[in-house]
Amino acid sequence: MNLFDIIGPVMIGPSSSHTAGAVRLGNMARNILGEEPRRARIVVYNSFAKTGRGHGTDKALIAGLLGFAPDDERIRTSFEEAGKRGLVYELVAGEDDDSLHPNTALFVLEGNTRKTEVAGCSIGGGRVKITAIDGFEVDFSGEYPTIITVHRDRPGIVARVTTHLAEKGFNIAQMRVSRKTKGEQALMIIETDEPLPEGIKEVLESIEDIYRILIILPA
Amino acid sequence: MIRSIEELVKSAEKRGCKISTVVRELEAKYTGSTEEELFKKMRSYFDVMKEAANRGVAAEIRSISGITGGEGRKMWNAAGSALAGSTVAKAAARAMAVSNVNASMGKIVAAPTAGSCGILPGSVLTVGEKLGKSDDEIVDSLFTAAAVGRIIALNATIAGAEGGCQAECGAASAMAAAAVVELAGGSPRQAAHAVAMALKAVMGLVCDPVAGLVEVPCIKRNAMGAAQAILAADMAMAGIESVIPADEVITAMKEVGRMMSDRLKETAMGGLAVTPTGKNLSEKI
Repeated sequence: MNLFDIIGPVMIGPSSSHTAGAVRLGNMARNILGEEPRRARIVVYNSFAKTGRGHGTDKALIAGLLGFAPDDERIRTSFEEAGKRGLVYELVAGEDDDSLHPNTALFVLEGNTRKTEVAGCSIGGGRVKITAIDGFEVDFSGEYPTIITVHRDRPGIVARVTTHLAEKGFNIAQMRVSRKTKGEQALMIIETDEPLPEGIKEVLESIEDIYRILIILPA
Repeated sequence: MIRSIEELVKSAEKRGCKISTVVRELEAKYTGSTEEELFKKMRSYFDVMKEAANRGVAAEIRSISGITGGEGRKMWNAAGSALAGSTVAKAAARAMAVSNVNASMGKIVAAPTAGSCGILPGSVLTVGEKLGKSDDEIVDSLFTAAAVGRIIALNATIAGAEGGCQAECGAASAMAAAAVVELAGGSPRQAAHAVAMALKAVMGLVCDPVAGLVEVPCIKRNAMGAAQAILAADMAMAGIESVIPADEVITAMKEVGRMMSDRLKETAMGGLAVTPTGKNLSEKI
């Protein structure tokens, strides 16, 4: 735990979990889409749905989708900013669900070329966790440089990616592979200690049977 | 990483230096940043704290919900005639001022949380001003506060939803108490006693936000947290010791948090949130 996790983040109030965390969730969903979002449907659950309005959670989620940082003064006017940027959005309250974290949001996003569905929760102090991407269960915080691959589920892909990182001198802090059905599409999340090298995305994209690479850098 | 208050005190005592010096050195080693980089970052956070405190005492800032507003300004205006003395009154005023800025969706530093963001700046800005300390000396004291907060986070919790308000305003008050002792030239050991006394003062405090918002009772509890931090620091520097060591107080706080009903932990289902007025306000928002 970093000292600036305790004093910090610098943020727009009033709630580190309901405002700053919501901005970061929006940021992560935007990064996972990998391009400017054009349409967004956001479903908020439990405490996010109940006390979100007073905490500006709705404004914060949209601000995050626009790429604003948790200390950006424009969070207060993010709905207007979304209009200017051509983001069409809809915020919906989901049914209460005890199986979900109290502060959960589901983003259904469309950009010019891609679509994605990202679920995540705000776990306190502005920290967040992404729990699902396009129906794959995942678990990562975005606090480390993170590589996400969408690839064909077959032997050797994981090894090729990790070998490449090892050759470049990168230590893997955490890693998780998930798939829906054996032999079909799989998703791998790698969190590293060091900042990632330039051009890593292109190198990994050239590996056969990797369909998509996403790089998420800590804010 | 230092994981207990005792370890923190001993390492400062062994070196014969301030707690903040040890903390900054170790943090530089741990993160790979230089001490200068860490200081610069803390300095930038301090600037945000100061700006929020200044804004909130210069004008009456209203919250987004409209339930609260202007507490910082009102207290600031009354500080000269305050029975508690102008230091405590000004610290309370600044604590509420920062909290007012928070509730208005203004820029603040979570310290350790947004709900408790006024306590540390209110305390160190006011004590620093009274003692004629430079901004750099105040920034130094924030490293001490941060280390105390981290130890609380590691061994108990700083989340209201897990531990109640004691985990937020209590942790902030303990952090501020240690920072104030250091600013005032007290010893690392005295800082530890101040941590224990500040945290003990709010043991079992419920987190009961009215309508779920970080306003009632948070803003006023920020004022109390700052006042308690300064008094705890004064007690420690007067030679009063906490019978129960700070680390044991932190463990006890965690246990109390665990024993508290969920209704009393940031769910707006207990305490002030379910009073008739609390419920009325909740319906209006």
